[in-house]
Amino acid sequence: MREITYRDALKEAMAEEMERDPRVFVMGEEVGYYQGAYKVTRGLLEQFGPERVIDAPIAEAGFAGVGVGAAMTGLRPVIEFMTWNFSLVAFDQIVNNAAKMYQMSAGQFSVPIVFRGPNASARQVGSQHSHAVEPFYCNVPGLHVVYPSTPRDAKGLLKTAIRGSNPVVFLEGETLYGAKGLVPEVAEDETIPFGKARIAREGKDATVVVWGRPTPAVLEVAEKFAREGIELEVIDPRTLRPLDTDSIVASVKKTHRCVVVHEHWPFGGPGAEIVDRVQREAFDHLDAPVLRATNLDVPMPYAAGLETQVIVGADRIEAAIRKVLYLG
Amino acid sequence: MRTLPPDDPTLTLFSILREDGTADPQQDAFLPRETLLAMYAQMLRIRRIDERMLGKQRQGKVGFYGTITGQEATPVATGLSLSPEDWVFPALREAAVMLVRGFPLSTWLAQVYGNEADILKGRQMPSHQSGRAVNQVAWSSCIGPQIPQAVGAAMAAKARGDRSVSVGFMGDGATSQPDFHAAMTMAGIHRPPVVLICQNNHWSISVPTEKQTASATLAVKAHAYGLRGVRVDGNDVLAVHHVVKEAVDRARDGGGPTFIESLTYRMGPHSSSDDPTRYRSQEEVETWAKRDPIARLERYLRTAEILDDATLEGLEAGIRAELDAALAEVEELGPPARATVFEDVFAALPPHLQRQQAQFLAMPPAQLAHH
Ligand SMILES: Cc1ncc(C[n+]2csc(CCOP(=O)(O)OP(=O)(O)O)c2C)c(N)n1
Repeated sequence: MREITYRDALKEAMAEEMERDPRVFVMGEEVGYYQGAYKVTRGLLEQFGPERVIDAPIAEAGFAGVGVGAAMTGLRPVIEFMTWNFSLVAFDQIVNNAAKMYQMSAGQFSVPIVFRGPNASARQVGSQHSHAVEPFYCNVPGLHVVYPSTPRDAKGLLKTAIRGSNPVVFLEGETLYGAKGLVPEVAEDETIPFGKARIAREGKDATVVVWGRPTPAVLEVAEKFAREGIELEVIDPRTLRPLDTDSIVASVKKTHRCVVVHEHWPFGGPGAEIVDRVQREAFDHLDAPVLRATNLDVPMPYAAGLETQVIVGADRIEAAIRKVLYLG
Repeated sequence: MRTLPPDDPTLTLFSILREDGTADPQQDAFLPRETLLAMYAQMLRIRRIDERMLGKQRQGKVGFYGTITGQEATPVATGLSLSPEDWVFPALREAAVMLVRGFPLSTWLAQVYGNEADILKGRQMPSHQSGRAVNQVAWSSCIGPQIPQAVGAAMAAKARGDRSVSVGFMGDGATSQPDFHAAMTMAGIHRPPVVLICQNNHWSISVPTEKQTASATLAVKAHAYGLRGVRVDGNDVLAVHHVVKEAVDRARDGGGPTFIESLTYRMGPHSSSDDPTRYRSQEEVETWAKRDPIARLERYLRTAEILDDATLEGLEAGIRAELDAALAEVEELGPPARATVFEDVFAALPPHLQRQQAQFLAMPPAQLAHH
């Protein structure tokens, strides 16, 4: 194991898969010469050349579609969106085409493509640049949706995504890129399966389910509760589609209480889906209603003082946990 | 297939002012002294505002700032060509059109700070100013959507039967977006009173225009959509003014849309988070520095004895005083009240947001800290 950043973990995953499989290529705005808007593709152009690291014009619908076409005919594209916000102009290619092609062609054309890029709020970039897109894409049958919160998961899950045969929406936390963590040696070639949650912290008093960007905040809150003698179990599903219901339900059966924390808006989405599954499968084990701590149900403001109020943070996370523990 | 003559206005570059500041006598419209001085003063004003605000960004007082240094001619020439009832749909580099059209500087600056004096209630990033008072709509942060919106606004004007014109802006990179294609297509079919202006500043962040398109020019695309197209020297404010004013007047008189490519150069970084030395040469920047739109007009005005040192000093002092006063008014203000985040999501505050707002206000404000 060595300590590397989330950003470099993603880069390693792409470089190793490109090394391993000549069908893999990377395309997106500024991924080559500029080394990526967030430097995730740093060094790939030098290593693999402009035929496999392709700078695209500002035409997300276009290059997402080029990726779908190339995937159907035998390549394995990794399409970078400068941020997931800009995938909204390519929504049709992802939802109507990448996600449906295999099923509509009755299995004749598969679309092994990975769409990846930073997701959710990114500090003072306004509502149109701050979307947590997981509810949009989780709703679509045919898409896998992945959102790692640690460097190790980022690397192992991206390798799995690239090797798989389905289209994958791979969400990265914009503010996690610089986070460091232990990642296995390159020689180990670790892949992490989809649909397998990670227990980020073991505990017995309440289960907190969280993924992606708010995960570090939840772990800090869990530390604080630990000082009060309350042990939270923190579960990171890592992939939202498929979703590891079993691990979440098993934890709730142990703790009898559950809070789901997410950055997407509170209406529906994977957050509400998890609550639904917990109430259906662990109803008799619950000692309190399942609660959620979420962003407010409003577009993200630009002003720093307001943005902090809208994004789910330690205060609302802690309040929800206290409530399920009946701690006032 | 029709071949275009080499002197087609979409392939050439219309200009009036030469680089040395002398004017082409065939083209010079000998505009009134006040118009010329207004052009100069507005360009200088925008440059000084940008310099000061970039400094504020560097000091950490504002989160983000995008300058338009080198590109002042197009927004100024456009602002001076419009009537109050006209609509403006800017991209990233044209927020200042509204200043030229009389929007108060302090209110505009409050939008950069996103503070309690901000009429947008702290919601928009800098470079996204807007105001109904001057019919200027902010772009949506995604590249392209404002272009068909400008066409739609012009179609609405046509449907209403009024004489307002709508202007839609874009950068060179935006011409790669489907929205550009749809806007041009519909402008060609419906011929509403719209002027679409592409500021080709040679770069889309680190991507040069040649990597954005293989088209000989951007203006030439107008032909394929059945639009009138013109390519103009975007660092020559007299030329831009001539071309834009002609296009606006023509649109107003029912003469249909125009697509203008204004060839210019982004002298500064893409935004405060970019370092352009990583992807472009100093020689290129220096070549363009010689074509600076303000210096060029200044030479012309000095030769015509419209501007001298004393006038210039007066202009600078006036701009400084205006900027100091506007900043003093807004700089130290706090953020908008936190309850405002629930406002304007819908026309009336719906019950679910009323409940959320009540719960939210019952908790102490979150600390200013990010993970
Ligand atoms: C749909 C979309 N994709 C990508 C971006 C990121 N982005 C912001 S500005 C920019 C470059 C725009 O270039 P251009 O249109 O030439 O305008 P300029 O900034 O040069 O004025 C890019 C790619 C975006 N805002 N929206």
